[in-house]
Parts: sequence; C-alpha cells; structure tokens
Amino acid sequence: MTTATTMEPRLMTGNEAVTLGAIAAGARFYAGYPITPSTEVAEIAAAMFPDIGGVFIQMEDEIASLGAVIGASLTGLKSFTATSGPGFSLMQEHIGFAAMAEVPCVIINVMRGGPSTGLPTHMSQGDVMQAKYGSHGDYPTVVLAPASVLECYTLTIKAFNLSEKFRMPAIILSDELVGHMCEKVQLPPEGELEVVNRLRPTVPADWYRHYESTPTGISPMAGFGEGYRFHVTGLAHDSSGFPTEVPSETHALMEKFKNKEIRNIRDLTMVESYMMEDAEICIFSYGSVSRSARRAVRILRDRNIKAGALRPQILWPFPKQAVETMLDQVSYVLIPEMNVGQLRKEVERLSHDGRGRIKGLNVLNSEFITAADIVERVEHDVL
Amino acid sequence: MSSETVTEPVVTVASKAAKNIPYDARLWLRHSKKFPHLWCPGCGLGIILGSSIRAFHDAGFEKDTTVVVAGIGCTGRMPVYMDCNTLHTTHGRALTFATGVKLAKPHLDVVVYMGDGDALAIGGNHFIHSARRNLNLTAIVVNNSIYGMTGGQVSPTTPHGARSTTTPRGQFARPFDTCDLAIGAGATFVARTSITNARHMQKMIHQGLKHDGFSMIEIVSNCHTSFGRLNGIPSHLDMFQQLKERTVLVKPDMDMEEEKSEGRLPLGVLHCDTTVPNYLRQKLGDVAPKPAKATGREP
Repeated sequence: MTTATTMEPRLMTGNEAVTLGAIAAGARFYAGYPITPSTEVAEIAAAMFPDIGGVFIQMEDEIASLGAVIGASLTGLKSFTATSGPGFSLMQEHIGFAAMAEVPCVIINVMRGGPSTGLPTHMSQGDVMQAKYGSHGDYPTVVLAPASVLECYTLTIKAFNLSEKFRMPAIILSDELVGHMCEKVQLPPEGELEVVNRLRPTVPADWYRHYESTPTGISPMAGFGEGYRFHVTGLAHDSSGFPTEVPSETHALMEKFKNKEIRNIRDLTMVESYMMEDAEICIFSYGSVSRSARRAVRILRDRNIKAGALRPQILWPFPKQAVETMLDQVSYVLIPEMNVGQLRKEVERLSHDGRGRIKGLNVLNSEFITAADIVERVEHDVL
Repeated sequence: MSSETVTEPVVTVASKAAKNIPYDARLWLRHSKKFPHLWCPGCGLGIILGSSIRAFHDAGFEKDTTVVVAGIGCTGRMPVYMDCNTLHTTHGRALTFATGVKLAKPHLDVVVYMGDGDALAIGGNHFIHSARRNLNLTAIVVNNSIYGMTGGQVSPTTPHGARSTTTPRGQFARPFDTCDLAIGAGATFVARTSITNARHMQKMIHQGLKHDGFSMIEIVSNCHTSFGRLNGIPSHLDMFQQLKERTVLVKPDMDMEEEKSEGRLPLGVLHCDTTVPNYLRQKLGDVAPKPAKATGREP
C-alpha cells in the first residue's frame, strides 16, 4: 500500500485518492459501514490506519458510524466516514448534530442511483439537495464535488480544512464514476498543500466557553480529556454549551450558524471557469459530468459556437456571485445533471429574466452524459 | 471530670460518622450552573445521580478524564449536571458516540446513561453491538418502563398488560428483560439494581466501572408521573414500596427462573465473565486475537 507522500505518478481510483487525501489532511479516525460504491475507502483505511497510528472501526450502521466519528472528533482527532445514498440518508440525523454542536467531521458520499436501494453500481448526482437540506432545521455545511481522481485527493484535504476551520460538517459529494475511475495522478508532495487545524483555546480552563462568541464567529475548540470539562448537546444552547430556550440566546445561535456561511463566503467559494472569457453560452455542471462539459466546449468552439464551462467545486454554499456574473454574460445556459435538475433550480432562482434561457439536460437512467449529448442539445437549442 | 467524659464519646461519634458519611456528591455537580434540575419531584434519577457520583469517586475517576455520554429523554439529561466532560447526544445513539470517544482516547473513562426506550427501542441495535464488541464502556440503563419525557408512551420494557398513552387498552407485546438481552448479546458484566437501594446501586455501578470490558447496569426506577398515574400508583412512595416488593437481592443457589416466574426481579451481579479479552486490548496489542479454527476439510 502506498502512502500519501508518494511522489511518482501512479494509477489510482477516486476512492483511493479520497482516503489518501484524508490521511494527508491529518485524519486518524474512521468509522463506517460498507456500502457500494464507497466501500474501498473503508477497506483502504482499515489496511493503512494501524500503521500510522489511526483508529478504524466498522460500526453496525451508518448512524452509528457518524456518531462514532463525532465522538472521536470531540476528543480532538480529525475524523471521517464514507458512504453512499442510502447510508447518507441514515447519517442525516448526525450531520445535523455535528452542525448544531459545531463538531468538525468529513463525510464522503459516493453517489449512486436512487431513490431507495436504486442502482448501487451506477452513477447519479441525486444527492445534491440532500447534502444541503437533508437534516432538519437550518444548518451550515460545506459540500465539495470532485471531478477527477486528483481532485478527490485535493478536495478531501480542502474539506478537512474547511470543516476544522469553521467547525462544521463537510461533505465530499463524489459519485460512482469518479470513485471507481482509475486515472494517472501525480499527488502533490507533502507540505505543498495547506493543512488547517481547528482553533485551540488559549484561555485558562475556568474561562473556557465551548461556543465562545468571537469577532470571527468561530469559537476555539478544546477536546475531551484536556481539562476544560465542557458540555456538548444537540439542544439549542448558550455560549457555554448548556441548553437554553431564551429567545435571545437561541436567536444568537442561529445567527452564528447563518453567518458562518455568509461571512466566510470567500473561503467557501470554489468555482472553475473554462473558456468563459468571451463565452456567449455556458455549460454549468459539476462532478464527473463537468468532464464531458469541457470536451463539449472544445467541440462547440471548433464549430464556431462561443461556448464556455463553469464548474462549482464547492456546491454548497451555492456560488451565487459567480453564477450571477455568468448569467449576466451569456445568453444561454445548459445544465447537464444526472438528476431531475436539482442544481438547475438554484441557477433559475438567480435569473431575473425568466428561465427560458436556462435549460437542463437530465439523465436519470444512470447512463453517463457524454460530450456528444451536450453538443447535440446545445446545437438543437441554439442554432 | 466532666471534660474527659464528654470529649471521648464526641470523638468516637465523629470518627464513626466520618466512616459512614458517603462521599459528598455535590463535589461533582455543576451546582452554580444548571440547577434546579428538570426531573419531577420524587423521581429516581436524583438518587441515581448521587449514587453514580459516589461510584465514580470509589472507582478513582477524575473529573478531567471522565466522559459522561447520554441519549435523549429524562435520563438523557443526566450529564448536564455533572462537572466532567459531558455529551448529550441524539436519541438512542449515545453508545455510538461513546465508542468513538473511547477508541480515540482510550485513557478516558466513558460512562453512558440511557433510558429504557433510548437503549432498547431506538438504540437497540447499538446496544447489542456494543455488548458484543466488548469495548471498555459502562452502560447504565435506567428502566422506568415508560417514555417519561414525552408523557407516558409504551416502551420496550412496559410490562404486558400495562397501560400507557399509546396502549390505552394495555400492552399486547411482552417486555424485554434488559439484563437477559445484554447477556445474550455478549456483555461481559451485567448487573441489576434498584433506586430503592442506593448503597447497592453505588456498589453495582462501582463494579461495572472497574470491569475490564463492556459492563451494563440496569437500574430499575420509578415514573409515578407517567407510568404510575396511568396504572393506578400515582404516588412515588407507593411506587418505591412496590419496587421494594418486586425486587430481591441475588443470593447464591437462588433459582432465578422461579423468582422471575413469581414476578420478582433479582438484584445484583447477574453475569461476569473476565476471560473475554476486551476490544481495545486486542487493538493495542496486549492480547492478540485468537485465529478462528479452520473448518475446511484437510487436503
């Protein structure tokens, strides 16, 4: 088994890259439950963790997995789990808990066809809305969608960084195609990619408040067993962590959550544009489908259609500003997605001149959207 | 003359009293922060809180290295009053969080409080798997036979025929025996105790905390507010009396089956197996797991 520091280019799958990325980010705790198509993440973690001082455990279900991950993170270990649609549904309860209790953790969701048991070995992008709105209540989270094996590595590190920095759950929305695809990758050398650790308290234990109100909106975080003796609960709580029902305190709590996304939107926006400088039409896509979009752009350019592609690497919080700029620039937007148009609705919400020029190319039978499909659709709509 | 005769007995009384005065549970309470507690007057949970803290003290637990985890419900509110590392989790999942904490930092002492609905209904899966795994955790199941916080719904330990707000004509299903379930699932230390015997409770919890492996202590408690009111025993004192009559201390050569058939619950250590290596020891390499015997045919 290779380590995260390997310098030579090599072939690996997205699921392997995710695991190596997590290890490179400093993750030393994994709890999970096997599910296609994410199982390789667990298998690789199980094989590698004993040698690097990490802890691996297979739990009895996905609810238990994320519970154990949160428990471990509360002691100070960077922790993660991997799953797919059905397991991701089970994890929603604890995603809400992690957001409420402000516990950093990373959830890898390798999307497969749904709903229910669906198409376990086929790809889909059906969990986009669930990743943001799956748990009850309004809560902050960050969702990243890798499109290549290398990105499975880099975005996983990014996910850990954002989760640790902002004390909230981060979700990698990979999919069956990216997860199982074998690509040649050159992993960046150790130390080249930034690794962020959670902010630690600097005050004496008696003064420590687990949810201290700070100018940045991010509270320093101590771990269990370090002498700070704090209380953690999924109930609405005050800045010391104790349950409260006082409207001014619960309001402050919800404002804090809201502001995590609003104030840090620069950190929480990652958008890649491709040939957008002079584009008149835009193909807006994410994850594995964006690879077809890039190829489609090149084909369309060859046919004298000024196409460009825009790809959010962070899906949630939704990159409002970048999409608005794009909508001002182009006259036609095609959004190919392997769902009924979950992210298209977000784009439509930002369009002030009706939705006629925003089209969706939606494939629900698990057949991959190819560049030819996109080109055909664009030519049909535009020419 | 009088000074000598007076001082001597006073010293004796004081030293005798010092021996009998239990450890002051208030030393482990967050009294400046979270009192009065939210439990009903007459609830057994206060007695459990006191006995638990004394057992922590007896076991030599330190506040900084003790983690108390709980689920949802009346029992789930236990940790907020304790001055240690406390974690109030989701309904039924306390054991999963505790598993993560213990695996990540094995030097921490982790104690889990759950109610009967919490541990055996929504958390039943986590309960049996934690028992099987034999990680060094202590699970305390407070069994009051009903969902108290939501106002008296049927639980997995509600006796057959008993009323609840969701079984207005009586419970048709049979209840779980919490201890039998834990033993069946592989828990290596199983004990039952009752809120009517605080010293016994303290002793049982202490033994559970000291056990090397997964320990489960069922504490039979009262809920006069919900269970009692719906079943004709609305006074907590009447419920205490009934609990006393329903329970019997385990003695050697006792026929458990006979006691059970007569409706009595045996209190005491019901199962203790020290031969099973605990999960962490194997993980940390103290004890290598035994390879399974080959079952395939000889070539």
